[in-house]
Amino acid sequence: MDFNDTPEEAEFRAEARAFLEKHLEPKTSSGVRRERGEDFLRRAKDWQALKADNKFAQITWPKEWGGRGGTAMQNVIWGQEEAKFDAPTGPFAIGLGMCIPTVIAFGSDEHKQRYVKKALRGEEIWCQLFSEPAAGSDVAGVKTRAVKDGDEWVINGQKVWTSGAHYSDYGILLTRTDPKAPKHKGLTMFIVDMKQAGVEARPIHQASGGREFNEVYFSDVRIPDSDRLGEVGQGWKVAIVTLMNERLAVGGSPGPDWSEIMDYAREAGTLSDSDFRQTLADWYIAAQGYKLTKFRTQTALSRGETPGPENSIGKIITANQLQDICNSAIEMQGHYGLMTDEERMPADGLFQQSFMWAPGLRIAGGTDEILKNIIAERVLELPQDVRVDKDVPFDELKQG
Amino acid sequence: MNFDFSEDQKFLRSEARKFLEAQCTSQHVREVLDDEARSHHEGVWNKIVEMGWLGTAIPEEHGGLGLGMLELCVIAEEMGRTLAPVPFSSSVYLFAEALKLAGSDAQKSTLLAKVASGEVIGCLALSEGPGEPDPAKLSVTFDGATLSGTKLPVTDGDIATHAVVLAKEGTGASLVLVDLGQDSVTRQPVKTLEPTRSHAEIRFDGAKAERLGNAGDGARLLEEVLDRAAVLFAFEQLGGASRAQEMATDYAKERHAFGRPIGGNQAIKHKLAEMYVKNEVARSNCYYGAWAVSTDAAELPEAAAAARIASSEAFWFASKENIQTHGGMGFTWEVDCHLFYRRAKLLAVQIGSPKHWKEKLVRALEMKNAA
Ligand SMILES: Cc1cc2nc3c(=O)[nH]c(=O)nc-3n(C[C@H](O)[C@H](O)[C@H](O)COP(=O)(O)OP(=O)(O)OC[C@H]3O[C@@H](n4cnc5c(N)ncnc54)[C@H](O)[C@@H]3O)c2cc1C
Repeated sequence: MDFNDTPEEAEFRAEARAFLEKHLEPKTSSGVRRERGEDFLRRAKDWQALKADNKFAQITWPKEWGGRGGTAMQNVIWGQEEAKFDAPTGPFAIGLGMCIPTVIAFGSDEHKQRYVKKALRGEEIWCQLFSEPAAGSDVAGVKTRAVKDGDEWVINGQKVWTSGAHYSDYGILLTRTDPKAPKHKGLTMFIVDMKQAGVEARPIHQASGGREFNEVYFSDVRIPDSDRLGEVGQGWKVAIVTLMNERLAVGGSPGPDWSEIMDYAREAGTLSDSDFRQTLADWYIAAQGYKLTKFRTQTALSRGETPGPENSIGKIITANQLQDICNSAIEMQGHYGLMTDEERMPADGLFQQSFMWAPGLRIAGGTDEILKNIIAERVLELPQDVRVDKDVPFDELKQG
Repeated sequence: MNFDFSEDQKFLRSEARKFLEAQCTSQHVREVLDDEARSHHEGVWNKIVEMGWLGTAIPEEHGGLGLGMLELCVIAEEMGRTLAPVPFSSSVYLFAEALKLAGSDAQKSTLLAKVASGEVIGCLALSEGPGEPDPAKLSVTFDGATLSGTKLPVTDGDIATHAVVLAKEGTGASLVLVDLGQDSVTRQPVKTLEPTRSHAEIRFDGAKAERLGNAGDGARLLEEVLDRAAVLFAFEQLGGASRAQEMATDYAKERHAFGRPIGGNQAIKHKLAEMYVKNEVARSNCYYGAWAVSTDAAELPEAAAAARIASSEAFWFASKENIQTHGGMGFTWEVDCHLFYRRAKLLAVQIGSPKHWKEKLVRALEMKNAA
């Protein structure tokens, strides 16, 4: 066991830090900017292009796709260093973390030439069009129809909760091509141009107040058959690849952590409270547990082993903890802690803002309950839930 | 960075597991459980002595194997899995580590080799009454040459040949080394919730003793000894928690109710998933503790506390929910679930309860933050 950088790792870290110092300001607080205005998007695109041009975007991607061809450990180091700076990241996470890896796995050479580098430089933003009103946890239950018409497919239907659809250029779209087949068997995946006629993204007003995810309506949208990903009827297999990448990409829940509530308690004079100290210890241990489990995964990765569904523990730990920490901080602030008025809110509203985001984090990218099912079924190999929909033609299923 | 045990250490783990699964079965544990007169399992103990494990982290010059703390952590986890009914933790994690840390050259050369060979069995005597022992309020006193007062309970106090005792000396506290074979030492076995590990009341009536480390340095030295031991205890707890999780998971797959395995129901599945999460959190914290203790890192106080707390809670959760998952069967003497439940509680309170370690952890974080 050894936490020190190897000489090569130290060299890479120094290089990364020098690059970051040259272009960004150090971070002053973990307050997370959730809402993404035009200015932020502009800044984010510029930063992404600069990173890509200097081979700091997608460290582990092969050079032919504009990556660095670097190691898993270099990727970790980059993440650690970038997190110390006020870097405008975010809008590209879904595209680069989930959509583009799917395009690389199932797309044609033309697709890869056309899309990968532009996404890498932040010139084009991607979204994930999976969830629908009647298909969230049970995402294989999507109803959006794709009907073949010559060399094209005609798409009609509705997606929901699509993060960033309103500013995205492209999306990967999970559709139903055969309603007579059982649920998982009648699906097909496409690349869709989000700026074409017939695609309408309507931002949804979130419980947190912002408008980042969308309803997306498709009305007679035409997609050339050449923009299909994978075989007709094999959409679930493609979706699994996207979702596996999602498991790798999600896990952390950005927002105030044990050290920030500890700092706050010190300033507020409540750090001596023994109940608080006991809970603080629990948060520290869970946060360390998450961080150190990632180190174990990364060690396995760096030896060429594939990380399994164990990664599902990350988001269960961090999202719940974030909600808990924010709740405790607000209770510590008392009535005063309710205020979100810019001028008056305590501790710059650090805890109030994440308090309203945390419920979403426990749902997005697999709910707590679904992640526990994944651990139980895939890691512990316990029996699957009863599936009354197995082998039943999709159009005979109950939905709602 | 490399956050895993080495190939050699993993090999040691699999050898240790094979050995203990064969030589230390639940039948062996039950032989101690069901016989009040037995303080430990001599057969298992002798085989462990033969393996040389007692000297894993004792330097070769003192008769040990001269491996390191990482190797000892690996063995500790395996001892925890099989609930080994032997005084290993007392003699190795507590007594030998105290000697290594605070002993004079003479003390080390007289005793360490004998710990390694099993000729000496050591223990640590702290508790005197309910609550955590407070170095400022001890009733056992040391006058520079002799020791007086009563310690209760002392794990392995009835079979140990030697003890390290926390005692009052003048206005402070010292660690004191005492040979338990003298007439002025009286020992009385006491019953506890965990009969597979023996406990005693030890009375000192002016017993001859010598200081371990400097006078008045007891509280500080004890903290250091316990930080090191906490990591090893945490690995034992982790081993027990992992085994309890496996038992619960296996049973959930086999036991049928309402026409299907009980493990097909989410109330059980999610409970087992939570167990898994707690055990992984404990494992990662344990590995970090192992790294800290093996490198004498400045982070040891918080790393040891985190490992200790995470494992205490993981073992408690796994052992109680393992009984729950087994239903009525889990509540019988014959099924092993209660052995884990008993051991979980002993290990959680023996060198300070979770509450105590949480306070220590937060103090360590405060110090770090202030520095
Ligand atoms: C902030 C945010 C961003 C998102 N971004 C995207 C995006 O970009 N693209 C996209 O496609 N989707 C996105 N989603 C959608 C997200 O994936 C779904 O909301 C999620 O999978 C849950 O589906 P649902 O909302 O339909 O809830 P449901 O599936 O209806 O679940 C309701 C409740 O029932 C529980 N439940 C459901 N099935 C089971 C079961 N088998 N066992 C036990 N409990 C069960 C759930 O855990 C939950 O508590 C986003 C969601 C959020 C909140």
